[in-house]
Amino acid sequence: MKNLFKGLATLVASATLIVGCNNTGSQGNGALSSSAAEKVYVAPGEQDEFYAFLSGGYSGNLTVYGLPSGRMFKEIPVFSQFPTSGYGYSEETKPLLNTSFGFVPWDDLHHPDISQTNGELDGRWVFVNGNNTPRIARIDLSTFETAEIIEVPNCAGNHSSSYVTENTEYVVAGTRFAVPVPQRDMPIKDKKGNFKGALTFYKVNPDSGRMNLAFQVLMPGFDYDKAHPGRGDSHGWFFFTTYNTEEASTLMEVNASQNDKDFIAAVNWQKIEEYVANGGGTKMPTQYMHNVYDEETHTATSTTINEVLTIDPTEVAGAIYFLPTPKSPHGCDVDPTGEYIVGSGKLSADVTVHSFTKMMDAIENEKFSADAYGIPVLDFEAINAGSVKSGGLGPLHTEFDAEGNAYTTFFISSEVVKWKLGTWEVIDRKPTYYSVGHLMIPGGNSRKPFGKYVVAMNKITKDRYLPTGPELEHSAQLYDISGDKMELLSDFPTHGEPHYAAGCPAELLAPKSKKIYKLEENKHEYATLSVADTKVVRNGNEVHVYMAMIRSHFTPDNIEGIKVGDKVYFHITNHEQDFDVPHGFAIIGANNSELLIMPGQTKTLTWEPKKPGVWPFYCTDFCSALHQEMQGYVRVSPRDSNIELSWSLGED
Amino acid sequence: MIIAALLPLCLFLFPLWKITLEAPQYPTPLGMYIHINDFSDANPHDIKNINIMNHYVGMKYIPEAIPEFKIFPAGIIITTILGLVVAFLGNYKWFLYWFILMTVLSIAGLYDFYLWEHDYGHDLDPKAIMKFTNPDGSVMGFQPPLFGSKDILNFTAHSYPQLGAFFLALGMALSMVAYVVGKKARKLVLKS
Ligand SMILES: [Cu+2]
Repeated sequence: MKNLFKGLATLVASATLIVGCNNTGSQGNGALSSSAAEKVYVAPGEQDEFYAFLSGGYSGNLTVYGLPSGRMFKEIPVFSQFPTSGYGYSEETKPLLNTSFGFVPWDDLHHPDISQTNGELDGRWVFVNGNNTPRIARIDLSTFETAEIIEVPNCAGNHSSSYVTENTEYVVAGTRFAVPVPQRDMPIKDKKGNFKGALTFYKVNPDSGRMNLAFQVLMPGFDYDKAHPGRGDSHGWFFFTTYNTEEASTLMEVNASQNDKDFIAAVNWQKIEEYVANGGGTKMPTQYMHNVYDEETHTATSTTINEVLTIDPTEVAGAIYFLPTPKSPHGCDVDPTGEYIVGSGKLSADVTVHSFTKMMDAIENEKFSADAYGIPVLDFEAINAGSVKSGGLGPLHTEFDAEGNAYTTFFISSEVVKWKLGTWEVIDRKPTYYSVGHLMIPGGNSRKPFGKYVVAMNKITKDRYLPTGPELEHSAQLYDISGDKMELLSDFPTHGEPHYAAGCPAELLAPKSKKIYKLEENKHEYATLSVADTKVVRNGNEVHVYMAMIRSHFTPDNIEGIKVGDKVYFHITNHEQDFDVPHGFAIIGANNSELLIMPGQTKTLTWEPKKPGVWPFYCTDFCSALHQEMQGYVRVSPRDSNIELSWSLGED
Repeated sequence: MIIAALLPLCLFLFPLWKITLEAPQYPTPLGMYIHINDFSDANPHDIKNINIMNHYVGMKYIPEAIPEFKIFPAGIIITTILGLVVAFLGNYKWFLYWFILMTVLSIAGLYDFYLWEHDYGHDLDPKAIMKFTNPDGSVMGFQPPLFGSKDILNFTAHSYPQLGAFFLALGMALSMVAYVVGKKARKLVLKS
């Protein structure tokens, strides 16, 4: 009898278990039962699951999006002046845009890459490249502001950039437009054999993130297009695709497309590092600028550097090889294990995959097919792991999920193709709208992809949105890749022209995102930390206004004694210490921009009054119920007047 | 009784009271702890931000220091010493007197707190940027509640005792227990 009861009890228990399993099972099948709208819907007050940093291309800036919603949160000014905040206009940020060509207030930003530790995203910084006037910038991911910009000497078209190694030991910058090194006046037609393509390695300080140009490899004058670091077993190597190995200098679309195969350059930076440590390399005179923003002084400074350590690739034994890769390869992507190096021949139908193991074997057994300017070219058959015959056209870029799948964009056939690493079989394909360039899976360029979504960033928009005249923003599509088949979820416009992007889980960044700058840590030379310290100081025709702002007034708000011909520096400190209470500053006739000043921050705007009169300034950010009252006047007198400087607040 | 006398010393370690201000645009509410010798931020800069909010309606800044910050700690130390003396003397009747003394002092303290709050909420700058009136036409005050929760304009204010106050209350309760136990023991002694 007892046993019978026991048996019954077991039956009931297992029945509950089965029912329980069924319940969770049906929830797990959400992909089938829920709609695309539900998957991208982030309810009011809820937050996104991932951050996405999309390059802004010719906007020169970096945009921050949330996934899966596709909402844009911020545009981070990097290489372009940004009147919204005063970036590149304020005295503090102008030095960030200094170059050896002078002040260059624009660039073409292409490839964000988040810093890594042990091959995984660590969310400390994101590095981005300026393509036009070659530069690399580092953005701090606690302030989401540009912290540093360093120029790339001997480089033109800094395109195979700004990728980091798996412990952020280095960030690289490769040359797309081969140039004479050092630059000199010579006939263009003599290019072949006389130009160089510099591959520059910046050492990243593990604590501060600061970059230092460690060495520059002066490669043959091909076009170095894209790059990615090795990881796992291939850590220590860096891979760069090349095109125009013909070294043509005119009508490149034809003349640079004649060779059946171009190369992927495999660079063993650890070997070069060792070579340099042993005194190798040649110092070459040059000129480039290093601009660093200090968070405590809220001010950037520029330093000119006059020398670069160059490396002749033929001098470092076993450090550099060429991997033949069909048809002008563009994307150069390394899978999460570090074994496969994917080269996408942009004029071909196939995606070529090289094996790192085979590459090492070919090097050891000297399976060379040729040499180019003294650099061994490995035998294609010896290193090739396989190729993906997808039927698509114009493969460009590949990202990876954590399950051994790769996703390649095809520009010409306008699609994303999912295929399996190792078997090279095509699993799925989905159209994009239209002509996709890069794609991004959060963590897809690391040892640990998060693999839930892929964002496809397109070059052509046409009819995707309501028309806005001839000029359109680019379109992006978000796909769910958690199932076997990709599912198109949404379509959203992006700002500028996104090339590459980088994404990471929200919890990596959100908790450490700064809310305010601490007033007590403000070490700005002209900071006004207490209202008692506000003052106006004349030094010849330079006038320095030490001003404070808090809800809802400026101290001082009346200034007299300014004269036509003066150069007035408004050094304004925001005394707020509350999250999301910036104040703005704008003054009539300013020939630059406004300032948007965060709590605890000091910024400086220069104003050169041209006419006598009484001129107003005001706060541009609707900061409080009394925002409209946050205003003041500057009395400007004729050049020869002798009115003494005076300033006040609340005196009638 | 020794424990009873020592527990109020916890007021030097833990806050006595907390006032919290909630509003939609403050997902993290503003908060201020009241210690026997200090005001402190619940989150960095809260007091500064409370002051900024309150200046619109003409409320004074929360002072850095008030005379109570000297009087209260002295009071606590003196009563603790008294409690210890009473404990060593061991006369249970004095346990009751100590309890009564503490009760009177606590009520006085609360009344003082109420007076300060009332002044803080009603003694408004005549040049206040925003003036509000009650339905009867009188000037609206912004006094936070002494105990409990209350809506003040766009804020909901909460005012509740904190750990320090609980230790004080526990100490007082213990002195009462000591008194009752002492009384019973005395009766037993008398009976036997
Ligand atoms: Cu304002």
